[in-house]
Amino acid sequence: MAKHHIEATVNGDAVEFLCETEDTLLDVLRDTLQLTGSKEGCASGDCGACSVMLDGRLVCSCLVLGCEVGGRRVDTIEGVAKGQTLHPLQQKFLEHAALQCGICTPGFIVAGKALLEQNPNPTDTEIRYWLAGNLCRCTGYDKIVTAVKDAAVAMRKG
Amino acid sequence: MAENGTNGTNGTNGQGYVGTRTIRPDGVDKVTGRARFGADFNLPGQLIGRVLRSPHPHARIVRIDTSKAEALPGVKAVITRDDFGDQPSEFIPAGEMMMNYKDVVRNVMAREKVLYEGHAVAAVAAISAAIARRALKLIDVQYEVLPHVIDVVEAMRPDAPVLHDDLFTAGVEPKPDKPSNIAKRVEIAVGDVEAGFKKADVIVEREFKTAPVHQGYIEPHAALASVSEDGSTELWCCTQGHFIVRAHCARLLGMDIAKIRVTASEIGGGFGGKTVVYLEPLAIALSRKAKRPVKMVMSREEVFKASGPTSGATVRVKMGATKDGKFVAGFGELKYQAGAFQGSPVQPGVFCAYAPYDMENVKVIGYDVVSNRPKVAAYRAPGAPISEFAVESVVDEIAKKLGLDPIDLRMMNAAREGTKAAYGPKFGPIGLEQTLNSIKKTEHWNTPLRKWQGRGVASGFWFNIGGETCASLTINEDGTVSLMAGTPDIGGLRAALTSVAADELGIPYEKVRPIIGDTGSLGFNFLTGGSRSAFSGSMAIVEAAKQIKAELCARAAKLWEAKPDQIEFKDGHVRPLGALAEKVKPMSIADFAKIAGKTGGPIGGYGRINAQGAGPSLGTHLVDLEVDPETGRVTILRYTVAQDAGKALHPAYVEGQFQGGAVQGIGWALNEEYIYGADGKLQNAGFLDYRMPVASDVPMIDAIVVEVPNPKHPYGVRGVGETPIVPPLGAIANAMENATGIRFTELPMSPPKVLKALKERGLNKV
Amino acid sequence: MRYEAPDSLDRAVALLADAIGETRVLAGGTDLLVQMRADVVGPELIVDIKKIPETRVVAEDKGGWRIGAAVTGAELKEHPRLKQVWPGVVEAANLIGSTQVQGRATLGGNLCNGSPAADSVPALIAAGAVATLAGPRGRRDLPVENVMLAPRKLALTKGEFVVSFLLPPRLPRSSDAYLRFIPRTEMDIAVVGAGVSLTVDETGTISAARVSLGAVAPRVLLVPDAAAAIVGSRLDRAAQDRLEAAARAACSPIDDKRGTVEFRIQIAGVLARRAALIALDRARTS
Repeated sequence: MAKHHIEATVNGDAVEFLCETEDTLLDVLRDTLQLTGSKEGCASGDCGACSVMLDGRLVCSCLVLGCEVGGRRVDTIEGVAKGQTLHPLQQKFLEHAALQCGICTPGFIVAGKALLEQNPNPTDTEIRYWLAGNLCRCTGYDKIVTAVKDAAVAMRKG
Repeated sequence: MAENGTNGTNGTNGQGYVGTRTIRPDGVDKVTGRARFGADFNLPGQLIGRVLRSPHPHARIVRIDTSKAEALPGVKAVITRDDFGDQPSEFIPAGEMMMNYKDVVRNVMAREKVLYEGHAVAAVAAISAAIARRALKLIDVQYEVLPHVIDVVEAMRPDAPVLHDDLFTAGVEPKPDKPSNIAKRVEIAVGDVEAGFKKADVIVEREFKTAPVHQGYIEPHAALASVSEDGSTELWCCTQGHFIVRAHCARLLGMDIAKIRVTASEIGGGFGGKTVVYLEPLAIALSRKAKRPVKMVMSREEVFKASGPTSGATVRVKMGATKDGKFVAGFGELKYQAGAFQGSPVQPGVFCAYAPYDMENVKVIGYDVVSNRPKVAAYRAPGAPISEFAVESVVDEIAKKLGLDPIDLRMMNAAREGTKAAYGPKFGPIGLEQTLNSIKKTEHWNTPLRKWQGRGVASGFWFNIGGETCASLTINEDGTVSLMAGTPDIGGLRAALTSVAADELGIPYEKVRPIIGDTGSLGFNFLTGGSRSAFSGSMAIVEAAKQIKAELCARAAKLWEAKPDQIEFKDGHVRPLGALAEKVKPMSIADFAKIAGKTGGPIGGYGRINAQGAGPSLGTHLVDLEVDPETGRVTILRYTVAQDAGKALHPAYVEGQFQGGAVQGIGWALNEEYIYGADGKLQNAGFLDYRMPVASDVPMIDAIVVEVPNPKHPYGVRGVGETPIVPPLGAIANAMENATGIRFTELPMSPPKVLKALKERGLNKV
Repeated sequence: MRYEAPDSLDRAVALLADAIGETRVLAGGTDLLVQMRADVVGPELIVDIKKIPETRVVAEDKGGWRIGAAVTGAELKEHPRLKQVWPGVVEAANLIGSTQVQGRATLGGNLCNGSPAADSVPALIAAGAVATLAGPRGRRDLPVENVMLAPRKLALTKGEFVVSFLLPPRLPRSSDAYLRFIPRTEMDIAVVGAGVSLTVDETGTISAARVSLGAVAPRVLLVPDAAAAIVGSRLDRAAQDRLEAAARAACSPIDDKRGTVEFRIQIAGVLARRAALIALDRARTS
């Protein structure tokens, strides 16, 4: 069967691509659009390393088909920083050493940004439960929670 | 020139960067998704490689027919055991374990037999992943299924199915004449344990059981190989040791080492599991055959089934103490399962079991046993968490029996400077006592608990290694410095080395830019493991800086027509001393960089060392937990780690090692395990049912960095990466005992096990 | 593999009814895509129902609530009113997987995946939810407890799919709760799930109740005996004991990598009791 021809918006840019039915959005982002910031850790929605925003909703891109995103908006880690300016979350992750190997970091940044957009003043518990779908094996989550809280403070200050 | 590091002073700001929380130089790329990990590389014209894996835990390979796969349009190469020459039996060190190349080539691609479900049997390279998957289905393998054995005790039985008919137990006399699954027996002994037990007022003997657990790195293995017509090979892969990968591939594929250039990508976690080769030799062999680049990435299922977890084990520990709390005898018998090929970490397990304590009479025996599971790979202090879990549990029981505080009991017996360990070395300065004292002083230790809550403490030891390391510092024309290290950066190494280089040369942190060089750019570097990369890397950087400073002083001597004793390097400048200071002004590194060509050429230093003097790192963990008696579910309430770092080059990344290792230990203690069916197949090969801690499972992990400097390192550094995973198992088991009154000896302490034990004692009510 | 995204019920029914070979309905994809990647299913046709308006409603209907089969857990949580009326249903839908999964997972998919461990199903059954199906022979309604017959086996005929759910009108002083047992705090498949919905009268006595258990049998169970055990009581200790016993007696679980038979039976009683207590507390204050 012929490939699907999809037009969508990725990080604010109009894109078009071809994909097979079984290609996930993650496959398309990484292999077709060369946006390798979203990572495949499990391909089963259990690790969150592929987290993206789909029409403003936090999802695992490995659980979305490429052919589903026609006419829709996708936001990935590559779109979080604004030009040369890091998002407060990115800045706080660096300041608080909230990453060690860094493979899970894009997923955490996208998920953390989604949290702070919905809840600008989350408690530790709210942060941990929101981020429960993002696995980290290096940090033990401690400095990630600290970084998210500190980013929330920075963002509330404006 | 100073033999020691500048240790806290830096010309630019007087403060020094070592010991401060700098921003890691590779950080921006990691928080923006720009950093390239193993699967993020692509080459034009690349093919996708995939592996055919055994569905059987144990079978003879009768025949492999790849003809239909080769004929499928889009398939460019198919490889099997026939594409790898056999290897003679020879042991070589890899990380902290020894490996036999005869086994390595067979683990990479099965030869006579498949020895675990997931064992690689063939591989294909095709123009798309879909075609590669279809091609695998067209490979026809005829198996003669054999009985399998999974459990270590079962595998040791004389009537167990034998995996290798050329494996005869080493380390026993007389040498056995029948092959078995017991690869070797090891033993350490000091003093006389029998006499020691006779002196004991209290003796505790227990048997413990642990299940295999996986390192759980979030990034699956990935490799991209490109072989040219003349055999030169480029390989990108995520690995903890690209020089080791090069060595293995050269050996397995019959190539000169210089012909392979390996670039280590950023690595998404390793913890020991990426110190060996799986895909790399396959990608090279496929690329050689297909004459195109070949990219291979493991699925999560393949990671669980075909890469190496750590051993599961059965451990018996017997300890004796006098009524005052002196440990007078310690015995251990460790049976570690190695997976399909020999090489479990039973030896380090034997060495470390009693290492935190000063004991006259110790005897520990270990067995390395093969069984039909994936070959184990190193996992953070390999072998030690298991044996020390057993000992720390028994130590706690002794404390209870004697009515002694568990910290005081450990303090009484703590190894210190001058203690001779049962496994041989005499310790230099070490920090166990300091960590015990730190824990005792915490608010955590002094906070009261409620019913069904329990507090547990345990200590841990890991010896750490040094090893061959090469690193370079180059002064660029504008005075900035390029730093090249050769051990992959798993979690903050570049930050630490940059701080060291900046302090050694007295220049701003931002003026030093580090990279991890490929294998063509540096001499041999042993891998990132054994908690050695900051320890050894910083020593090599100090050496490289020393060479630069000497070179600059020599050039100054020429320029100023002065003698060496009239010149010193201080605070980033070559300075004239005494009367000379009235004639000439100090010159900075940048000043010399501008005139480098005229004064002898480019300026640089190259540290090539075999780092010695690695000091052990000891730690003590404290954990509070709560048990839901009606369900057996355990919640970790509070956790504190105190560990000796010698000198924390970057405190935040040292704390990060403590916190990460503690949480891995929490997972190991409570929920992680490989679950096999009676059919020898892994049932939980994914993150859904292989249950690692998520953010909501754990509290903040308080980290206390103790610093007892290692006198053999210019900055006093000790490796810290591995020790953190050693104490949690014992600490949590001890906390469980305090919460429930029940001594759990089998890991993981998952809810069904806990509830069963509570229910048997009628305790499963709030 | 074909992918179609019809924008009407009739078109969807026609696609499903006429399909030859393996066909799958796609809503959130949080089960389907995983099964496709694991080679457990290999559909020749995927019918994405998310463009069909009837599958996306959340609206009051005849005094009850109609929830489209393709509404995500996250959308249910964000609805301003629904969680006040049916907190158990909303919390159940939001226990599935992670925040990311809840951004996609739906009640329809959770039910039609055919797993007895599905989190939202015990809550829907306890609520008395009725599924509306569309098929070649028209629409029909089926109580949710009759939709799943056995693991991966549904009572749907060829061409049928679940369009929406109707939650019945709520009597005053009613509420519900859903609890599940998992070894971690998030992310696991329920080892046991318990949904309880109940109504109390003016004296605080339970006048009506429904109890549903998941992951303890080949299908999600409605347990009338467990409800009978607490109706007419104020959930005193004796009633709680009766409830636990009835819950346990209804179980016929399996041993698997998530739990043993013994463990599941024991937990079923504990969770039924705890869920009932929460529902009672919510009903009294509603």
